[in-house]
Amino acid sequence: MNRFAYLRADDVGAAVRAVAADPSARFIAGGTNLVDLIKENVERPTRIVDITRLPLGEIGPGERGGLRIGALVKNSDLAYHPEVERRYPLLSRAILSGASAQLRNMASTGGNLMQRTRCSYFYDTTTPCNKREPGTGCAALGGFNRMHAILGASEQCIAVNPSDMSVALAALEAVVHVTGPEGDRAIAFAEFHRLPGDAPQLDTNLRQGELITAVELPALGFAEHHAYLKIRDRASYAFALVSVAAALELQGGTVTEARVALGGVAHKPWRDREAEALLVGRRVALEHFQRVADALLQGAVGRGANDFKIELARRAIVRALSHAAGRTSRDDARR
Amino acid sequence: MTTHVGERVSRVDGRAKVTGKARYAAEHAAPDLVHGFVIGSAVARGTITRIDASQALALPGVLQVFTHENAPRLARGDKRWRDELAPPGSPFRPLQDAEIRWSGQPIALVVADSLELARHAASLVRVEVAPAPHETDLEAHRERAYKPPPHERPSVTPPSRGSADKAFARAPVRVQAEYRVPVEHHNPMEPFATTVVVDEDGTLTVYDKTQGVQNVQSYLTTIFGAEAGEIRVLAPFVGGAFGSGLRPQYQVVLAVLAARQLQRSVRVALTRQQMFTIGHRPTTWQRLSLAATRDGALAAAIHEAVAETSRFEDYSETVVDWTGLMYRCDNVRFAHEVVALDLFTPMDMRAPGAMWGVYALECAMDELAVALAVDPLELRLINYAEHDGNEKRPYSSKELRACYHQAAERFGWSQRDPEPRSMRDGDLLVGWGMATGAWESTQRKASARAVLTADGRLAVASATEDIGTGTYTAMTQIAADALGLPLERVTFKLGDSALASAPVEGGSFTVASVGSAVDAVCRELRSKLLKLAQQLEGSPLARLRPEDVEFIGGLLRARADPSRALTFAEVLHRAGIDHLADEVTTRPSKAHEKYSRYTHSAAFAEVKVDPELGTIRVTRVVTAIAGGRVINPKTAESQVIGSVVWGIGAALQEHSVIDHALGRFITHNLADYHVPVHADVPDIEVILVEERDEIVNALGAKGLGEIGVVAVAPAIANAVWHATGKRIRELPITLDKLL
Repeated sequence: MNRFAYLRADDVGAAVRAVAADPSARFIAGGTNLVDLIKENVERPTRIVDITRLPLGEIGPGERGGLRIGALVKNSDLAYHPEVERRYPLLSRAILSGASAQLRNMASTGGNLMQRTRCSYFYDTTTPCNKREPGTGCAALGGFNRMHAILGASEQCIAVNPSDMSVALAALEAVVHVTGPEGDRAIAFAEFHRLPGDAPQLDTNLRQGELITAVELPALGFAEHHAYLKIRDRASYAFALVSVAAALELQGGTVTEARVALGGVAHKPWRDREAEALLVGRRVALEHFQRVADALLQGAVGRGANDFKIELARRAIVRALSHAAGRTSRDDARR
Repeated sequence: MTTHVGERVSRVDGRAKVTGKARYAAEHAAPDLVHGFVIGSAVARGTITRIDASQALALPGVLQVFTHENAPRLARGDKRWRDELAPPGSPFRPLQDAEIRWSGQPIALVVADSLELARHAASLVRVEVAPAPHETDLEAHRERAYKPPPHERPSVTPPSRGSADKAFARAPVRVQAEYRVPVEHHNPMEPFATTVVVDEDGTLTVYDKTQGVQNVQSYLTTIFGAEAGEIRVLAPFVGGAFGSGLRPQYQVVLAVLAARQLQRSVRVALTRQQMFTIGHRPTTWQRLSLAATRDGALAAAIHEAVAETSRFEDYSETVVDWTGLMYRCDNVRFAHEVVALDLFTPMDMRAPGAMWGVYALECAMDELAVALAVDPLELRLINYAEHDGNEKRPYSSKELRACYHQAAERFGWSQRDPEPRSMRDGDLLVGWGMATGAWESTQRKASARAVLTADGRLAVASATEDIGTGTYTAMTQIAADALGLPLERVTFKLGDSALASAPVEGGSFTVASVGSAVDAVCRELRSKLLKLAQQLEGSPLARLRPEDVEFIGGLLRARADPSRALTFAEVLHRAGIDHLADEVTTRPSKAHEKYSRYTHSAAFAEVKVDPELGTIRVTRVVTAIAGGRVINPKTAESQVIGSVVWGIGAALQEHSVIDHALGRFITHNLADYHVPVHADVPDIEVILVEERDEIVNALGAKGLGEIGVVAVAPAIANAVWHATGKRIRELPITLDKLL
């Protein structure tokens, strides 16, 4: 823990200015991740800018029939919001499978996108970690990597993004609205987080001083045919070994649109549009789901303790797609 | 006559706990309090070559950075550093030399005006170390195993008997398997912490998280060369410990050292990560070889174990003994060895030894049942031990058969299809497994003091602990019954080294030991009170025999004629005294030498396994416990429910992963080190089997703190086999092992 200055921002512009001017300044909202990281000397901000008083706490209509979620909306408020439950139940389920009720009551929407990896080495400052201290190496590569990436990793870093919410947002193709010293911009969700490459210290493509103001969901919510499957080492309050957000649009048993996002397997929520496209125009059938799973996991690499995640992910993808499709058929039958 | 023993009495300290009035070690205040933060070593072995604390010391508000270079030299010689529970060896001495013995070893203490400042200053201290190669992998170094020197324990490994290897080779049905179990950390909710208050006369009041205030007190006075009166240790409330508080932990030494040097009150609390730098349940390799005749009688049993210890102390626990004890078998061989590794010395953790030893034995028994095509419960009944084969003597009591029958009945065991993968719930595989448990029942020497005052109130005290076990409540019940008082007129005090002597709170022996002393001292007061009453002029109770007088509701009353009565207050008043006091010490009776004293259990577990994803859920546990007389069924059931949750954790989740390249525990927080959450905990049914035992102690109570955990992990492991057909012989059974 280091000494830092604390500032409470009264408006968005002031918040952005306060952080833009100082590369080691951090925004703080719920603080559910940042405070832990500060205590363990993983983050050493010189300045903390409290954004909790900014007017970013609303959920309202977005453009083109979507829903706009203010960056400060609490995870629990978002999960239980009637519009979200009705139109985007996939998002609601994903959020509620993460963390604990107490944490969800504190954690914000923007903060959830910014949470850092839970790699044990990243959290332990006595160990080498390229994400924490670039150039020191990656202890997870030859170490305890049961939770680590099987896709998109580099020799620099095999950490995974721990968020459940982000997996659903990736599947839903949300848009992240940010504002910064150079003005506002909208970032497609797939472009928000990044792969580690040779700069694993960077989790996202945000620029210095940029602040998330809102997350916008498109109109298409896959309320009919979706599943969020999270596989973990205990029933609650554990990060995913593998999670799958599956969403389908069906017309008479034929897939017209398919989304599959994976959590717990990469440095960002993992999608492969080509793999998803394999389903379009197909009937709902196990063999097609298996083909999608194989395609999604092409190039997956185990690092020892996490080898099992490749097969686990394959089975989880098939299961989640079956659930997403199956939920429909049962509903249809009832109607 | 109202009695409290045997009743479901709610915790007498419950209100204080839920309202925050109960203060724990790090919650005691002092006007001059400063805060210490521990710096731990980053490597597992080496020598500190330089510590530069200049940046830390330059911060206003930082008082001192204690290191081996400036800390006072404390007592010399291993003997002085050996606390009551120290195993053979050379105990660790904080800040006494430059040597690093394990990763996380405390190498400096930063003391500052605030905790935050101390923690910040700690991050500025630069430590240079000449590292040395370390070894932390038990499997890789098993060839270095040696027989540990004898340990002052209730049981040293008993001698082998018969000719187990020959009998094994000859027997028609055999199983042999290796079982592996990981390091576990106790992880009580309350981290280790000490607040040392420097009193005006220079004496120290030490609020410590411990299971033994007197153990800590004598340890501190010895290593600091202090007079007994200079240091008093208090622990009125302890937020769980499970064995981790049996020995003094390093933070208490650091806090006292700093307080003495600075002549200021000091608090040192460990972080959760630092809770992984102290003792733990040792990782253990085991091989079980069981052989039977075709009708299921055990012909041979060989139990071999190799466990870790540290380089500086020979910790060992009773892992293999259970195999010679729990079943009837004439040919038994034991082998128990340890490997010294560059880790901190392991520590007793709830049911030490039995946790791993019985796990392996009970899984092997399940494998033998399969090999014999006999029901697992039937196999246990065939081999039921009517006497202790290790010690060759009878049990003081053993209602294990009742445990089997009652728990099996409640569980519905007779409906089990023996075929693995044969039972289903929709798409899920259902597995049923069972196991037996045993744990020792001992009594230690203990004292209690009781004072009956003129207002008719009884105050009883002993230097024991309540680590969440319900000691306050149980002792209050025992004392109240001995004198026929309502509970609200009785108080029990504990957790103060100045009180009447008591052993550490552990080994499931507190009720048997301290309870016996409490019962005895209160009965002593009862006799004295009666004598006083009968000596009063015109006493209505004169010439009555003791058994003709009852003590009820604060009255002494003739059984035959309730009108002949005196209140306690009247007796004291008329006798012209304001209180009646006594102190009594109780010891185990001679009869203990002739009998083996154990508690027993049977656990039946149901799991549901997703055959594709490997996810395991424990959906039902029924366990029956034979633990002698139950003082308080409510707290007893809580103990057992908590034990079952521990068993679920051991079977499926708990694992302190060591990164052998770094020589360091890497799952060192509660996000990475999993214990069960509510959603993992199913319906747990506890049956407390009636068991009379007049040998163990006058109360007939055997202790219930540990027995509940012993059978649970093997019952679950056996259920997983029954569900899946896969025998996973390594804990925890995580889903990857089933894929």
